Formats: sequence, structure tokens, C-alpha cells
Amino acid sequence: MSAEIDLDDVCCDFGSFRAVDHVSVKIRPGEFFSFLGPSGCGKTTILRMISGFTEPSSGVIRIGGKDVRGQRPNQRPTALIFQNLALFPLMPVWENIAFGLEVRGVDKATRRARAEELLRLVDLPGAADKMASQLSGGQRQRVAIARALAVEPAVMLLDEPLSALDLKLRQHMRAELRSIQKRTGVTFIYITHDQGEALAMSDRVGVMSQGRLQQVADPREIYNNPANGFVASFVGEMNILTGDVGATADGFASYATPHGTFRARLAPGAAKGPVKLYIRPEHVVLTPDAGGENAVSVTVGDVAFEGNFISVSATTDSGKHFVAELRNDGSATVPDPGSRQFMRFDAARAAILPDETGTA
Amino acid sequence: MQDLLRRYGATLTGTFVLLVAFWLLALVILPNVTLFEASFRPYLPVVDVGGPKDTYSFDNYRKFLNNPVDTSFLGISFQLPIHTITFLNTVLFSALVTFITFVMSYPLAYYLAKIVNPRALPTLVLLLFVPLWVSEALRAFAWYIILTFNGPLNAALVGMGLLDAPVRWQNGVFTAYDAIVIGLVYTYVLFMLFPIYGSIQSLDTNQIEASEDLGAKWWQTHWRVILPHAKPGIASGCVMVFMLSAGSLLVPSVLPSTKSNWFTQTIQVWMLESQDWNTGAAYSFLYILLCTVVVTLVMWAFKVKLSDIAK
Repeated sequence: MSAEIDLDDVCCDFGSFRAVDHVSVKIRPGEFFSFLGPSGCGKTTILRMISGFTEPSSGVIRIGGKDVRGQRPNQRPTALIFQNLALFPLMPVWENIAFGLEVRGVDKATRRARAEELLRLVDLPGAADKMASQLSGGQRQRVAIARALAVEPAVMLLDEPLSALDLKLRQHMRAELRSIQKRTGVTFIYITHDQGEALAMSDRVGVMSQGRLQQVADPREIYNNPANGFVASFVGEMNILTGDVGATADGFASYATPHGTFRARLAPGAAKGPVKLYIRPEHVVLTPDAGGENAVSVTVGDVAFEGNFISVSATTDSGKHFVAELRNDGSATVPDPGSRQFMRFDAARAAILPDETGTA
Repeated sequence: MQDLLRRYGATLTGTFVLLVAFWLLALVILPNVTLFEASFRPYLPVVDVGGPKDTYSFDNYRKFLNNPVDTSFLGISFQLPIHTITFLNTVLFSALVTFITFVMSYPLAYYLAKIVNPRALPTLVLLLFVPLWVSEALRAFAWYIILTFNGPLNAALVGMGLLDAPVRWQNGVFTAYDAIVIGLVYTYVLFMLFPIYGSIQSLDTNQIEASEDLGAKWWQTHWRVILPHAKPGIASGCVMVFMLSAGSLLVPSVLPSTKSNWFTQTIQVWMLESQDWNTGAAYSFLYILLCTVVVTLVMWAFKVKLSDIAK
């Protein structure tokens, strides 16, 4: 079972503070959708509005086509997984999982059977009679997922449930969550400030800042074609240059900065308002040879070995720092610190983007 | 001990330890041991004390079972010793006081812990504390005045037309103990409120929301999530209110009816009016023992462990 979630021009005010500002998005049935943004951007408020703990100040929320305004959380077909999981510590695991059935008046034998079944689904058989405190972080995570699945929600809402886990377990649980979502076909709405998590798990990502939705797209699009400067710099690393747009042609523009004039893709609609030039570190190449487009002479500073890549910081003669990331696959020669090099980037992979939408 | 010596030196440590030892031995243990010993000896004229009649026995304790009188409970008539009846009444009405304070405190504690705006909390707690600044005696007398025949309660109820004629509240409308129960509830309600408030406050609000999100109705959330979590607080509140009520002398003395008798009053009569400290002591120890049995049984029935209360 899954349902479409339709946020239609939703706002939420707390006093004079607008936490969510005219957000409209349709989340498809069975989709894994992430809201990504820094803390305080309003993503948790969106989750609480969908689950029913907070009412929107204006706008409509529809779940499966039905307007759910005024419905309490216990009347909505949603199940929320809290950041701290909020398992009931005084009940054994199976009662935790069957709680939603218990309050619906399902008899004990059926509840127990369903709990066992869900424990198998989340790959935790045999834990039924343990207490939540006896489980590890990852196991508690699975119990929380099973508890939410037990009420057969049309939508699962997850509020940064992986943030308390260590790195290895987090990566494992990402894949696990993704596979549970595919197996059950339930619509997942996932809240996170971790761009890696959002990109790796989601079908689509909505990037938020200051209560506004900045861009809704699939993870590749978000990373490769960010809609604006906020998305570009929040998702992944960026070298950012400030300057003025010059001549434009075929979607490209020249961009004059104190460190040289470059050519790059001009984002649609970037002509009005302030813009900056964004270049990903992995798209920056360092060579000893001069010449070519978008080349500028630099002095190599720190060279940091990160394992799968090598991060090189370089400074132009005019004093601008750049970061270049070289893949550790033998394809690039690692420059020596202090050496003179030329930094170059492909115009098609650099973008001139407007600043954040809505705040300008 | 080593740590204390190093920190405060021999003189200061010695003084502390001696003072505590004096307080414990001379002011707590010795008087109790003396009374305990006296409780097994008969009450004798001074000349006979230490004489051949001064022997140890359970006679003083046995007086609890003397003087059977006719009584009835739920329509069944039977005979019970008069002091046993007093004891049972005291336990029954102390339990009633405990129950009423719980019913009053739980919603208020929940409201204070989870619903009220935290900024308004200090003001509300202060308002709850204000009556405590007045001495217990004055509070009991205040209720005496409120409940008296020509008092404000009758005046208000008759004035509003809710009563045709004034009622003798202190004589007891429902039972002979109405006024005492009201006085005890008023005196001890905070001893119930604050432990429950403390235990509900320590409950993660996400648990309440998780319960609601999973479809629980408000009473299901209370029954399955909040009450179990608050159980230690409820238990310690109940034990406190029960023991304080059962041990109260002032309220039953200020707000009695013609037919009410509290067990503390019986002890007081033995001690002060009969001057029979031996029997008074025996009754005191018997009372402590029986109340402990009652509390233990109730804790056992509600599956409360002693360690829960200590939390």
C-alpha cells in the first residue's frame, strides 16, 4: 500500500518565524523521497505536518488525494520513525512492534504472529522477547522500522533515523532501508542533513533552505545540475568565484572575475539577480602546460591524501584558493607542494548559477 | 572515611561523625529502643516498677483485640474489637485519601510536565506551593471554618440555590470521615503531585507522539505508555500520602465528626490521657508494623518493587 503525498503551497508559521515557506511538491506513490537541508531549514516541520503533529498555517496537504488537514496523527495513514526511534522501553520488542495493532484491538495471537513476521522482514528473527535496551543501535533501528510497518502505513516518514549510528552501520542501514522500501513498496519520506545519505538512497531529493524548497530532482540532477548556488554548495564541494557575466551565447557565458575571465554554462534564469561561478573540485585539472580555455596559473599548496582521492589546494597569483580533487587511480600525476601549475576546467562542467531562490 | 579525613582533617571529621552518631543514637535509636522495651512491660504505679509484677509480656499488644463491639460492613453484621475497627477505618480512609490525591494529581502532573508552556511553569508551581507556606494547623482550621454549619461553604451553596438548607458537613454527609478526608487530601496532595510530575517529566515526549502516531487513542497512550513510565513516581507518591495520612494526628483532631476516630488519636489517648506509655508504645509499634504490611501487600499487588520507589 502506498499513497501520493501532495503538498500544495504549504506554509507554517511559529509566531513571526516562517518555518516553511510556500512549499509545493508531489511525492509519487512508492517513491523514496528525501528532504535535504541544513538544520533549521524546515524539513522536520514538513514531516510533522504530514504526520499531523503540526498543522500548516496555510496550504493543503493531501495523502492519497484526501485533504488531511484537521486529522490527528492517529487518524492518518502515516507512520513516523523518530530521530531517537522512541521505542517503548518497558515493552519487549514484539509488543513494541505490535503496539499499533494492539491499540486497534487485534487479538494477541495475531499480534504476536505479525510481529514475528515483521522481525523476519527486517532480518531480526528471534528478538521478539528481548527488551529494546538489550539491542544494538542497528537492531533498534530495525525494530523501529518494523513497528512503523506493522500499522501498514501508506507513507513512512523518517526523521534522520541514521544519525545516531556509526559510519559503517549507517552505510549498511542505508542499503537496508532502501531494500525494505523496495520490498514493501511503501512511500518513504526521508529527512536528512547528510547529502550522501540523500543522494545514495532517494529516487528524488528536495533540497531546502530557510523554509523554501530550492530544487526537486533525482540525485544525479541535483549534483550535476544544481538549480542555484545554495544547492550547488550544500550538495558536494564547490569552488566559488564572484564576478560579472559578460557575453552570452548558446547557453554559455563569459564571466569576468579578478582572477581571470572564464567561460561556463549559464543557468537558465541566471541573468537576473546576483550570480556566481561554481566548479566542482573533481572537475578541476592541474597540468604543467599552459594554454587552452579556462586555464589559470597557480601555486600548489597542501596536498592531502584522502584514500580514494587526493585533495590539492592551489592559489592563483591573485590570491584565490582553489581545491582540486584527483582520483587515486594513477590517471593523474600528483603535483608537488609549492610547484607552479596550471589549473583548468571544462566550461561544460562549470556553471554560472543564481544565489538561493527566494531570498534574493 | 579516608577521603573525609584527608579532606577535612581529624578534628572536623571527628566532630561530624560524633554529631551524627549522637543524633542517631541519642535522638533516634535510644528513644525507640526504650519505647520498644517499655511496650512489653505493664503500666504500673511507680512503687511497683521494677518489682515482681514488672514482667515482659504481650499484654499491651493484646489490648488491640479487646472490647469487641457490633459493627457492620456492606450490610453484614459482625463483632470486631473497637481498636481494630479504628485501625481498619484509618487504613480504609487513608487509602481513600491516597486514591483521591492520585486522581487529582495525575492529570495535573501530566498537564504540568507535558502540556503547559515551560515559561508558565514556575508561576504555576509557585501557586501550588503558596498553601504550603501556611502551617498545617492553620490549613486544617481553615477547612474547619469552611465546613462549619454557619460557614462559607453552606452560605455559598444555599446562596446559589444548590442546597435548600445548610448541611452539617463536619458530621459527615457520606461517612463520618468526610471532613478528615477533605483535610488530609488538601494537606498531602502535593506529596502525590510532585513525584508523579517528576516521573512524567522524565518521559521522552517522542514516546507519547510515537504512541499517537501508531494510532493509539489518548487513553491508550496513557494506559500503555505514560502510566507505566510514571509507576515509580505514582508508587512513591502513594506510599508517602498513605503513611502521612495514616500518621496524621492534627487533621483528624481538628476536623473530626462525633463518630470519627483515627488510630493516631487512640495512641494519643493511651499516651497522654491514660498516661499509659507502655500501651501507647505497643500500639505505636503495632501500627507501624500493620501499616508496613498494608503497604507491602499493595505494592505486591501492583507489582511495584522497592527499587522502583528509590528511583
